[in-house]
This record gives sequence, C-alpha cells and structure tokens, in this order.
Amino acid sequence: MFLWTVLLIVLMAGIAYVAGRARASGMVAAGGARLHSLPSYHGLFVAAGAMIGGLALAILAAFVFGAQSFMTPVAAVAGGAIGAAPLYSRSSLDFRARNAFERVVLVVLIACSGVAVLTTVGIVFSVLFETLIFFRAVSPIEFLFGTHWSPNGTPASFGFVPLLAGTLLITVIALVVAGPLGLLSAIYMAEYASPRLRSVLKPVLEILAGIPTVVLGFFAALTVAPLVRFSGESLGLAVASESALAAGLVMGMMIVPLISSLSDDIINAVPQALRDGSYAMGATKSETIKKVVLPAALPGIVSAFMLAISRAIGETMIVVMAAGLAANLTANPFAAVTTITVQIATLLVGDQEFDSPKTLSAFALGFVLFFFTLVLNYIALRIVQKYREQYD
Amino acid sequence: MTEVRNELVAKRYAAERRFRFYGAAALTLTALFLAVLLIDVINKGLPAFHEHSVDIEVKVDAADIDPSNLPGGNYDKLVKEAFRAEFPSVTDRTGKKALTALLSTGGADRLREMVIADPAIIGKQVTVPVLLSADADLFLKSMSSDVTSVEGKATLHIARLEGDEGYVLTGDSTGEEAEKQLGIAPGELVRFAGGALRVTGVQNGYLKAEVVFAPDPAITALSPGQWSVLSFAIPESSRRISDQQALWLEQLKQDGRIENSFAWRFFESGDSREPELAGIRGALVGSLLTVAVAILLALPLGIAAAVYLEQFAPKNHWTDLIEVNINNLAAVPSIIFGLLGLAVFLNFFGLPRSAPVVGGLVLALLVLPTIIIASRAALKAVPPSITEAALGVGASKQQAVFQHVLPLALPGIMTGTILGLARAFGETAPLLMIGMVAFIADIPQGFTSAATVLPVQVFLWSDLPELAFRAKTAAAIMVLLVVLFALNAVAIYLRKRFERRW
Repeated sequence: MFLWTVLLIVLMAGIAYVAGRARASGMVAAGGARLHSLPSYHGLFVAAGAMIGGLALAILAAFVFGAQSFMTPVAAVAGGAIGAAPLYSRSSLDFRARNAFERVVLVVLIACSGVAVLTTVGIVFSVLFETLIFFRAVSPIEFLFGTHWSPNGTPASFGFVPLLAGTLLITVIALVVAGPLGLLSAIYMAEYASPRLRSVLKPVLEILAGIPTVVLGFFAALTVAPLVRFSGESLGLAVASESALAAGLVMGMMIVPLISSLSDDIINAVPQALRDGSYAMGATKSETIKKVVLPAALPGIVSAFMLAISRAIGETMIVVMAAGLAANLTANPFAAVTTITVQIATLLVGDQEFDSPKTLSAFALGFVLFFFTLVLNYIALRIVQKYREQYD
Repeated sequence: MTEVRNELVAKRYAAERRFRFYGAAALTLTALFLAVLLIDVINKGLPAFHEHSVDIEVKVDAADIDPSNLPGGNYDKLVKEAFRAEFPSVTDRTGKKALTALLSTGGADRLREMVIADPAIIGKQVTVPVLLSADADLFLKSMSSDVTSVEGKATLHIARLEGDEGYVLTGDSTGEEAEKQLGIAPGELVRFAGGALRVTGVQNGYLKAEVVFAPDPAITALSPGQWSVLSFAIPESSRRISDQQALWLEQLKQDGRIENSFAWRFFESGDSREPELAGIRGALVGSLLTVAVAILLALPLGIAAAVYLEQFAPKNHWTDLIEVNINNLAAVPSIIFGLLGLAVFLNFFGLPRSAPVVGGLVLALLVLPTIIIASRAALKAVPPSITEAALGVGASKQQAVFQHVLPLALPGIMTGTILGLARAFGETAPLLMIGMVAFIADIPQGFTSAATVLPVQVFLWSDLPELAFRAKTAAAIMVLLVVLFALNAVAIYLRKRFERRW
C-alpha cells in the first residue's frame, strides 16, 4: 500500500504538471500576449499543489484508517486533486507562477532544515518523558548517588555511580592511548611528513576511522582481551577476561583518527609567519612546534580532546562486546567494569516492558548520556570560539 | 665557551630527533594496529569461505518419497542410511549416532534439490555431495585440534590380551622399552589397514592399547610403513570430535571422498542455528533495504537543508538554532538515536519492530547531519561569481542556485553522501534498540518484514560460543569491510574525478 501511495502521488503530480503547463501554453497560443512566467512554472506550481495535497491527505488517512488500509492511496488521489484544482484554475496570463512556486520551494527548504531541530526535540522529549516516569519509581537522589547497580536483582537497585565510574575508567584509558598517539601523529603529518608520505598516511587513518565499531568490538573481545589477560597473568596480575583495559585500548585506537584529523587541521591553520619568526630566532623545528605552534593551536586541540571524550563516553559496540556487565565500583583497569552504554543496550535488547523501572532506567541513562555529550560538545564549541587567536 | 655551546646544540638536535621519532612511532603504531586488525580478521575469516562435503552413494528409495510431494520426502533418512551402510562394522547405537553426527542436519538438502530438479532419479543410485557438520568441517580445516600423523619406523607387533578387550604393542626386541622403539606415547592412536588402537599406558616395557576399530585378528605384526601414529594436540575429552570420528574422517579423506569447495552457501542462505548452514544473505538484504530507506530520506532532506542554510537563510536566531542543532546532532552518540527510534517510531507511531523501514528512519536521522555538513561545504566551495553571473543575466536567486550552483556542488555532495552511506552501513548500536537483533532465518521480503543487518549479524554471531561461528563472524566482517572500502573508493574516485579548483 505504501508503494502504491507514493506512486500515485508522483503520478498525480506528473498529471498536474502536464495539465498546468498545457493550460499556460494554451493561453499564449490563444491570446498571443506574453506570460509572466514560463509555462513550466505554471505546471510546477500546480504539481506542488497536487503533491502537498496528496501527501497531507494520505498521511491523515494512514493515521485514521491505518497504513495498510486501501483508503490511503485513495486519499492520496483525492488530496492530489483537491490540492491541484484551485491552483490550476488560478493560472492566468499575468499570474506570477514562478514567484508563487519559489515561495513554496522556500517553505519546503525551511521545513527540511527544521528536521534537525525536530530531531533534537524528539530526542529530548522521548528520553525525558520516560525518564520522568522512571523517577516516579526511583528517586533521582538514589539514581544519581547510589553506589549499587543491579536492575535485575530483588530488590532492584539503580545506583548510577558504578556505571559512571566504569565509563570514566574506560574513557581515561582510551584517552591515555589516543591522546599522545593522535596528537603526535597530527604533528608529524602536519610538520614533518613529505606530501608523498602524507598521501599514504592519511588514507591509513581514514580507513581506521571508517572501520565499524562492531568490528573493533570483535577484535577487542577475541584478540586484544585474551592478549591483555595473557600478558597480565605472565606478569602475575589477576586480569578479568573482560577487562576495562582491553576495551579501553581498542577504544583509544578508534579515537586516534578523530584526534589526529582535528588536530591536523588546527595545526595547519596556524599561520606560517609564526613558524618563520621562531626559526629566525634560531629555534629548531621541535622547539618551534612545542613553544609556538602548539600554544597557538591549543584551544582547537583542547576542543578536539573534548569531542574525543564525548565520543568515548557514547561509544557502544566496543564496550558491549569487550567490557563486562557487572557493575563494579573500581579504578583497577584489569577488573571488569560496565558502562552507561552497555547497560542501555543490555536493558533494551530483548523484552521491553515500559511499565517496569528496569526498562525505563535505560532511558534515564540515555538522558544522562545525552546531557554529558551535549555539555562536552558545547564546551568544545565555546573554547574554540572564545580562545581562538585571530591572526588576520 | 664554544664547547659548552656545541654541547647545547648537540643536545637540542638530539631533542629534535627524539621528537621526530615520537611522531613517526605514533603513526607506525597506528598503522600497525590497523594491519594487525585486518590480518587477524582475514586470518580468522578465510576458513569460513570453504566447506567440506562427503560424496555418498544414495539409493533414492521410492518408498520414502511421495511423488506428489517431492519436497516433503524423507531425504534425511536416505542419506543417513546410505552413510551408515558404508561402515558396516559400526553396529552399536552410540557408534551409529557418532557416525551420523558427522553429517550436517541440512546435509540432505542437496539430494532434495536433485530429486525436485529431476524426479526421474527416484529408484536409482546417485552420488550426492553431503555437507559435513561444523565440527567435522573444523576438524578437516585443522581448526579443532592439530593432528600430526607420523609413519611407523619400526616393526610393530600386536598381541591380543586374553580375557579382556585390550591389546599389547611391542617393538622387535621385547626387552627394551616399546615406547622408545616405536615412537608412540600414551594417548596417541595407532592406525593401520583394517583397524585402529588407542594407546592407553605403559606397563613393563609394553604399550597397552584399547580398540577404536577392531583389527583383523590375523594381524600380528606390521612392518615399517604399514602403520602410522596419529597424535592430537588436544585430548579427546576437550574436543568436539572423538578419536573414532576423527579416524572416520581421515579414512574418508584418504579415499578421496571428501570434497572441499567454495562456500557459496555463505552468500546464499540466511541465518541458522547450525554454523555450517548459516549465511549472510538475510543480513545483506536487510542492510540494503535499511540503507536504501535511510539514503532516500536523508539525501533530499540533507541537500534541501544545506541549500537553504548556505544560500537562502537570513542571519537570525532561527538559523543559528538550526546550525547549533546540526553541529550538536553530529556528535550525539548513535545509541541515543536508537532510544529516539524506540520511543517515537515504535511506541508512539506504532511502526513494526525489527523492520528495515524503522531502521532506515533512524539511520536517516543519524546521517543527516553528516550529509548537511558535507553538502554545505560543497556549496560553499562554488565561487560566488557563478551566482552573480546568473543573477546578472536575469535569473532569479532560486534559478541561479538550482540551475547553476547546485549542479557544480553535486560531486562534493555525492562524496559526502557516500561517506554518510558508509557510516549508515556500518552502524550497529541504534539498530539494537529497535529490535533488529532478533534471530531471523528468512530473507526479508520487504521494508516492513523482520530483518537484521550485516553489522548486527556480526554482533549476534560474535556472541555465540561455537568455534565455527567465530569464523563466520570474521567472514561477515570481511564482507562488511569490502563493501565499506568499495564505498570509500567510489567517494575518493568522485572527489578526484570531479574536484575543481576555482
């Protein structure tokens, strides 16, 4: 039915276009006077009416009768006719069809760009709504400051602190890996690498950036985790099979391309005059980088790190596959920890009951996650805006 | 004075070299990680691209097939009976069970296809390639345990112990340790024409052995070359294939009955509980449907939004709000989009769970910011002189934009869109939320039928304990990566081919 509806709307629009254009052309042929707009604009204007009318009635019908009802395509045809008819009869020799059509187009464009706002509103409301229901069952104080998380236990407890600690632990490990690697890579690419070397290295980082996280999760769980465990045990350390270290290491490698590409752009944006001035004073290249280029690029680099943190906090698949499910409150990288995203995923995969706090708690976690990443992104944006050096 | 200065210069130069080395090391490490990742995946995944089957002569008995209902015939029984008939020495229940366990539960499918294609073979004798079970397949790929076969160097004397079932093995000189003379250790198998024994222990310089396949009672001595020693790296108790089954397989292999062929099945069938039958067809089709919905929605919306923001939008609060939103959405974790899909599309609008259309909607919202940002960059790169020239000859602003600027920006927009497509293709987390993780064996028929996608299939398989599924997971990852690399290659080609410097 869906396909039929779409086809019929397109068909109606096509008929409307041909009819509208023919009527305008006919007026020229009959009257001889010049039209204000090209005949095709008359056609387009009528077609727009058919399309909007058809879509509107079809959506209405889908809501009233159900999407699979035969009424939906019928409504599409009716709506198309209703939408096109008045516009068709409106056209005359001096009707400004182009201006009218362009106004319609502009409204459509504005509506399209409003989808982004609508998405944000949708996210906030969908998450907030369920979160508020969750807080009727569990007090926000208990949620935010409780140190025990077991949504499946009896009685279930929803203390969010161990999840936060686990998320931060893995994020810190990831940043310890990705920070130096990403920044040093960016410096080397921007300052030392020849154009030829750059053209080889850049795709390597792009490929790494394009690898789906589920693949990295597979690698973390099946290759890195046993490796970490094995090397830990040969050093006499007790390592959990789903250690935070393995997930953190792989997540760090995932973030390297993000930090390096952002930092690369920022370092390249530092004007050459600053470097030349430093060289003229007798500084070596590394001294120039450390004392001149990096301080100048610092706001951008800090904001790159902020975005990296927000990415690490929100990353799901690597931790779902390689980190544990047990909510341990620990700072030991060899222990198994769980994260906010892991809990959201495990709580919502499978049976969902929207009247139990267990399912709703996932939305509360989602709200916290959204809030964190929003704040981090906002800070990143502000830092760049506020501390950016103006060079020209 | 000069010395001090020279020392300082040397120190500074050393620092310079060190710093440069750190940078190079960081990049090398990153490249190395990527290389290890890819090699590891390929290494794990390659075995899944071929499969073993055994050729069995089956008498297609008319009694088991109803001519009016060819697909419903009892082909399983025919194949199993034919296979058992080849090992007449196996008479006990457990032995028979172990024997048929070598065949896949879907092993008779090929026979069914043959009969349906040509019903004339009913009642005749045909040779059918029957797929082996995953455990047997893994054994033949030497993935379940390393097997070494060493030909016997000395003469082996076999004597049956009176009273019990055991045997005693000795070398030529009975006084010395048989273990050293024969080169056999306890736990290993001794194989020869017509029989096989498992060495259980050493006693008074003899080797004690038990029966795996009862040998011909007439055999008392085997000269060098007539027997061989088989040893497994993993003991029988922790293997999924027993010594007996392993010997059957070795026998079939020696007879040239095992066929190793490319596993087209992997691309042709949907998911299955049996590793040897599982394929990615369902997931691939699901991925295509989902990504198609996503791109059909996101591309027009994204281009329209980009055109408006870049070309028409006045500088005001509404425009600012939209811009902040787009930049922010680009950095929102993907799992949040899953929550949105669950709460809005499933719960509020009541769309079906696990359906590609819902997955497509969620992914469309997910990649929309990427497409808008890329399209805006492409539109911005078109010089204003183009617009001005069009306006100068009397075009309206919209005519200038849609007839001149947009076509010039299109290659850039396409590049951005393909990268967005690649992202949508590899996305997993939001699809978990909207129920695309269910076990679905059928290949999805449409936009509203239950489906899963390739990355989710990877996730599902990676969770399974069977070793065979690990290979399948890696193989699915290989397919996923090939698709992604192809998409990226197209994007790079477009960028190189149509890139224009003004």
